[in-house]
Amino acid sequence: MSPSTPVLPALLGRFGWHDLPFVRAWQNPTASEIIGAFAGGLVVVGAIAVAAVLTRHRWWGRLWSEWLTSLDHKKIGIMYVVLAGVMLSRALIEAVLMRMQQAVAIDAPGFLSPDHFGQLFSTHGSIMIFFMAMPFLTGLINYVVPLQIGARDMAFPWANSVALWLTIGGAGLMMASLVVGEFSTGGWSGYPPYTERDFSPGVGVDYWIWAVTLGSIGSTMAGINIACTIYKLRAPGLRFMRMQMFCWTSLCTAILMIFAMPPLTVATLLLALDRYADFHFFTNDLGGNMMNYANLFWLFGHPEVYILILPAFGVYSEVVSTFSSKDLYGYVSLVLATMAIAVLSFTVWVHHFFTMGQSANINAVFGIATMTIGVPTGVKIYDWIWTMFRGEVRFTVPMLYSIAFMMTFVLGGFTGIILAMPPLDYLVHNTLFLVAHFHNMLIPGLLYGMLAGYHYWFPKAFGFRLDERWGRRAFTCWVVGFYLAFFPLYVLGASGMARRTQAIFEPSFRPWLYVAGVGAFILLAALASLMIQLYVSIRDRAATMVEAGDPWDGRGLEWSVAAPPPEYNFAGLPHVDGRNPFYDDKHDAGRPDPYRSPTDYSDIEVPRGSMAGIAIGLGAAVAAFGLVWEMWWLTLVAAEVVVAALILRSFGRNQHRTIPAAEIAAEHEAWLARVRATRPIPRRLETQAINRGLAEVRA
Amino acid sequence: MSEPELAHAGLNLGPSAELTRDGAENAIFGFWIFLMSDAVIFALLFATYGTMVAGTAGGPTPASEFKLLPAFVETLLLLTSSATFGRASIAMKYAEPRRTLFGWLGATLGLGLTFLALEANDYATMVAHGAVPSRSGFLSAFYALTGLHGLHVAVACFWLVVMVGQVLAYGLDARVKINLLRLGLFWHLLDIVWIAIFSVVYLQGAIR
Amino acid sequence: MNDRRQELTSYAIGYTLSLALTVAAFAAVRWPSVGARATFGVVLVLGVIQMAVQFRCFLHVSLKRSSRHDLQLILFSTLIIALMVSGTLVILFNLRERMM
Repeated sequence: MSPSTPVLPALLGRFGWHDLPFVRAWQNPTASEIIGAFAGGLVVVGAIAVAAVLTRHRWWGRLWSEWLTSLDHKKIGIMYVVLAGVMLSRALIEAVLMRMQQAVAIDAPGFLSPDHFGQLFSTHGSIMIFFMAMPFLTGLINYVVPLQIGARDMAFPWANSVALWLTIGGAGLMMASLVVGEFSTGGWSGYPPYTERDFSPGVGVDYWIWAVTLGSIGSTMAGINIACTIYKLRAPGLRFMRMQMFCWTSLCTAILMIFAMPPLTVATLLLALDRYADFHFFTNDLGGNMMNYANLFWLFGHPEVYILILPAFGVYSEVVSTFSSKDLYGYVSLVLATMAIAVLSFTVWVHHFFTMGQSANINAVFGIATMTIGVPTGVKIYDWIWTMFRGEVRFTVPMLYSIAFMMTFVLGGFTGIILAMPPLDYLVHNTLFLVAHFHNMLIPGLLYGMLAGYHYWFPKAFGFRLDERWGRRAFTCWVVGFYLAFFPLYVLGASGMARRTQAIFEPSFRPWLYVAGVGAFILLAALASLMIQLYVSIRDRAATMVEAGDPWDGRGLEWSVAAPPPEYNFAGLPHVDGRNPFYDDKHDAGRPDPYRSPTDYSDIEVPRGSMAGIAIGLGAAVAAFGLVWEMWWLTLVAAEVVVAALILRSFGRNQHRTIPAAEIAAEHEAWLARVRATRPIPRRLETQAINRGLAEVRA
Repeated sequence: MSEPELAHAGLNLGPSAELTRDGAENAIFGFWIFLMSDAVIFALLFATYGTMVAGTAGGPTPASEFKLLPAFVETLLLLTSSATFGRASIAMKYAEPRRTLFGWLGATLGLGLTFLALEANDYATMVAHGAVPSRSGFLSAFYALTGLHGLHVAVACFWLVVMVGQVLAYGLDARVKINLLRLGLFWHLLDIVWIAIFSVVYLQGAIR
Repeated sequence: MNDRRQELTSYAIGYTLSLALTVAAFAAVRWPSVGARATFGVVLVLGVIQMAVQFRCFLHVSLKRSSRHDLQLILFSTLIIALMVSGTLVILFNLRERMM
């Protein structure tokens, strides 16, 4: 984009009319610009439509007081997942656009300009990692972990809200870049020197820097919160080696977040210093060294891979065990494997830049370390297979995702071993082979896991099950679409097609690109199926209510409470004496009835809502917006809002509300009465309308 | 609350049932985790400094820029402020007169601000003869590392003022105590980071 | 007030030791008696000792059973920091050697 003349530099910084995609499309109506303007328009129209619906139904007040300012870990978790869903939709559409461009731009210019194509792969990657995957897994952990460990909330409910809003603020910047200005063309990793001012003078890279920085700080806070919660708030008797697998993987993910997000923050902030204050960390001249950036970025980037994958491993452990009606096979080995992966993930980052020019010995060390990670991962796969062995396996949607994951992920792992050998890596470095590999890891290793978790815990969160038929359709599309879209890329990459290519000059690539394009459309159909499924499930919810709370004959404490759970989670804190406390209570004779009343009820304190989280998150996003556009006054004002909100919150008192014991007793006893009136069902009927959330116990 | 007997390093309050109920343990442990995360940020800036110290691009070098005396004085200021904060936390723990607490907090603040003034003076001297961050990779790394530490000290000073306000507004209630403890941990840790700075930056630069 | 005296002593010991270690480090550089590399080694060792002293005397981190969680946290952080810093230095020094 040509630099445009500033309109009101004192007020609007470097903004000029040309920064609006609508103006660009008007002046230069190419397909590329019109698509850009259409996307920007969609954001604006979407925002107006949402606001109109909220106003029409008079939902603003409820939305504000019950959701946006809520400190309840369950609501914060749900908001994270909603954010992930919105961002997934955008980034998936971008992926389809890129596949279409590559399919038509063979010895032809295609319909996207190189600059627009660059923005698409940069936003696609940045969103999928920072604003789809991270919120999705943080949301699931937020929702599930306190319930699984028998806690009433996270350790720091208010910090939880701040972390959520910082993430939303970062995502908001990504959306703003569609409407005002442009986005970075430097890829999701933003390598300098290309992203320095000399080569990328526009606002795009600044958008990227600040969006990622906000997301990174939010994730660090979330990690601290999750780790502290699991360390400190476990129910009486819940020793570490009795925790559910999902808690273990969440703990390891949280530890990775705590130590791996800071390198990202350092990398982006040093790049910001280079761009804003003419420092020389990563420049070509005056003693800068761009490889410092690669090193810092991948110190974050590799542990990040395991931040993404470990929670999915936890979900699969829960799902496979539940839907096989068997104890998890090799619990201890799974725990040790998770810890091993977490620690090893800090020892392999160099395999992302084998071709930098360091000595072969260093590459050999990191190549071997990389292959070592395959061992604990392999252990996990065997454990899951053995869990299914001779179990009462039901092929429900979460189970289907788990099985598809196991097969697909192993294939991706094999190509990972290929890439871990430096000499081979030199050959396919920066080609589509790599793109195929990491999608082959992350789609089964993250997305399938998150979707399995979404199907598995949705009835817990909302009190009704998701439609099984549309769930299977979506599953089929996700799997078929994945294989069609990404396996051709292995062939293309091995034949030397570079990644991030806007136009192709090798006709023999054509059939493979067509197949990949078809795959992308099937993936889009998968997303549409998910949306239809949500709609159908809400419409038909009367037939799938599971208020008794245990639709899958679950094993952990989260299934022992109503669906949806009360604000305080547990009427009386549970005592834990084994790995499957709820399951054992249900199925083992001689153990107490899981649906008994607690010995006595007591008052429970829950945090009141707070608008400080929203003020800090959005204030930080506005301050960042000011930095992007060099509207210094805006940055100053917004930063003051952030500081003021922090101080006011610290001066606040009376930030808790007490729910009286009588109210809890009434609510809980009423639920127990409804549970007693519910008909228990055997496992073979669990996907049918008769399943109201009470499991039949074999005599 | 699986291990109620657990007391945290820095959770230096003496027996207080009121505080345990308010989750002082979680608050302090969570803050420790944050501090470690922050320590990683500093560690990476040290590593970056290590890789860039040779990148002087023909400009000022560590040997030409770093003076031992100001660095020594700054070290003493920060070390002493760490000790005075420790004294303040003892005053809080044993419920000594409010005057004593404010006296030691005030001394800490004064030492912190003096440290900042001296550091600003160092910067001014360097800038005056052309040693600005945009001159070379080495100077970029130097300003980022010491600047981030200085920024932390400034934030800590500001936080201290806010805490004095809270003591005045609420007395030493549970939350004020917890936040003073957290500030204390923060302050001590900044002194520990400074040990690394004077060893790796100033002393290394002055070795001939 | 026995506890109080003990704690005051702890801070006093920490302060005195830190002071001595600081003076020793600066003196080792101001009046060098060994080579440059050895001097830097001495400075680093003195710095690490001073950090340990401050963790012990100012932050009250100890080997007692009661503060194991903190100790684990600090040791794990030290491991990660050591991995990151040493890895960064080895890799980038190696790169510089090969580029120069």
